[in-house]
Amino acid sequence: MTSVTNGTGSPLLAVRGVKTFYGNIIALKGVDVDVHAGEIVTLIGANGAGKSTLMMTIFGSPQAREGAILYEGRDITRMPPHEIARLRIAQSPEGRRIFPRMTVLENLQMGAGLDDLKYFDEDVEKMFTLFPRLKERIGQRGGTLSGGEQQMLAIARALMARPKLLMLDEPSLGLAPLIVKQIFDAIKELNRSQGLTVFLVEQNAYHALKLAHRAYVMVNGVITMSGSGRELLESPEVRAAYLEGGRH
Amino acid sequence: MEIFLQQLINGITLGSIYGLIAIGYTMVFGIIGMVNFAHGDVFMVSAFIALIFFLVLTTWLGIASVALALFLVLIIAMVLTGLLSWSIERIAYRPLRGSFRLAPLISAIGMSIVLSNFIQVAQGPRNKPTPPMVRDVIVLTDSNGYAVTLSYKQIIIMVTTAVLLAAFWYVVQKTPLGRAQRACEQDRKMAALLGVNVDRTISLTFVMGAALAAVAGTMYLMYYGVVNFSDGFVPGVKAFTAAVLGGIGSLPGAVLGGLLIGLIETFWSGYFSIDYKDVAAFSILAIVLIFMPQGILGRPEVEKV
Repeated sequence: MTSVTNGTGSPLLAVRGVKTFYGNIIALKGVDVDVHAGEIVTLIGANGAGKSTLMMTIFGSPQAREGAILYEGRDITRMPPHEIARLRIAQSPEGRRIFPRMTVLENLQMGAGLDDLKYFDEDVEKMFTLFPRLKERIGQRGGTLSGGEQQMLAIARALMARPKLLMLDEPSLGLAPLIVKQIFDAIKELNRSQGLTVFLVEQNAYHALKLAHRAYVMVNGVITMSGSGRELLESPEVRAAYLEGGRH
Repeated sequence: MEIFLQQLINGITLGSIYGLIAIGYTMVFGIIGMVNFAHGDVFMVSAFIALIFFLVLTTWLGIASVALALFLVLIIAMVLTGLLSWSIERIAYRPLRGSFRLAPLISAIGMSIVLSNFIQVAQGPRNKPTPPMVRDVIVLTDSNGYAVTLSYKQIIIMVTTAVLLAAFWYVVQKTPLGRAQRACEQDRKMAALLGVNVDRTISLTFVMGAALAAVAGTMYLMYYGVVNFSDGFVPGVKAFTAAVLGGIGSLPGAVLGGLLIGLIETFWSGYFSIDYKDVAAFSILAIVLIFMPQGILGRPEVEKV
């Protein structure tokens, strides 16, 4: 097991020994993850490893049964999800969860709700620059968008909250390679120009590891490896388990 | 023709009242998937609140203008009924959220019994009359000794209903609160992830539904001039029927359903038999649901995921 700490000082987000259960079934068996301000951190792992559960546990839904989640040094383990959102943690969750009977514009307005739409006009223009496709679909209901468009909308909706920490759950899922590249470029650019901190859950390990400063590997609810993106890309175990069989 | 016109006017009036109550059912169902069986009794309590405050304002405080008194009564009834419904949600429904589906339903039936029994004990089992509030009538046509009339009461009911529905529609479609309500209706968990306080949004939904029921209660009292502790049941069931007929979860559906039930009832009474008006209303419901299980404006369950 390799370990690298890249950031300095205390992390923006610290997950400490978190155990999460669904009923009596344990999904996370004591997870430790650090995300420092300005970093892109990725969590890779197979289906059912517990990646999405960790994302939702950070958001307090479900709450961790044991362990602690600290954000800016503050314990948020028992905080309700809507208050966690107000700390400027935004999430594009598993399954995208677009509001199907709201228009694209209304979905974006939901994302900007924390500031009462104060920066809405300015921010929505940025989103349309990032994802011009959404502009064409502005009056269309979310449920009628294609999977890729919904993915863009989910990411844009999260960005509308002006987050300090952006959590993305499989943004590449079901998207054409070109759009995946576009989305990953957008993430990289937001990180570079605005210092946006990103926590990225991915099955698409190759792209995620290339993008990330640091990475974690999760297997069956346990972190088995961590290191810089490059280290994990070159690690034989990671290559065998997640990369061989096609770089896509 | 005269009967038709007269029953049309009567039907729209009655339908407005049903529609106002139906919105409370349909909104609550939309947001938490629960039939709030106490809603009819909340409506009945609001009529009592209106009665009490109308008497207080006109006799004790000596407000001579009926229009002013009615307006104040309407506001007071909306506020107090909203408060009542807010408390009911806090006490009887919220603790059961996340419990099995039937639990809040049973709790709602319990609340319904509590409310009607409380009023029976506190106000007595007999009909409570009010002094007639608005008497003026406009005669539209008068031929062959059959006068078609439109009373001021009916105008007040239709206009108030239309204005409130427009205001309500604006809130739901255009304001942050309305957006939050629709978001909670579509995906409560995602709404929370975006910073929406789901519990508060649900509470406000109950308050809004109750405020509209209070408008209906005040109008009902003004229209019929009497109210009884058991008056929550039949109008409540009719309004629920209206919500189902229109497509439960759909706001325009609730209004449309209310108007239809009101019209069916009055036309049946006018042309056939007044004793069987409820049979007619519920038969139409049964027939519509056979051919359109999701109601007239309801959306089909299938959705692209």
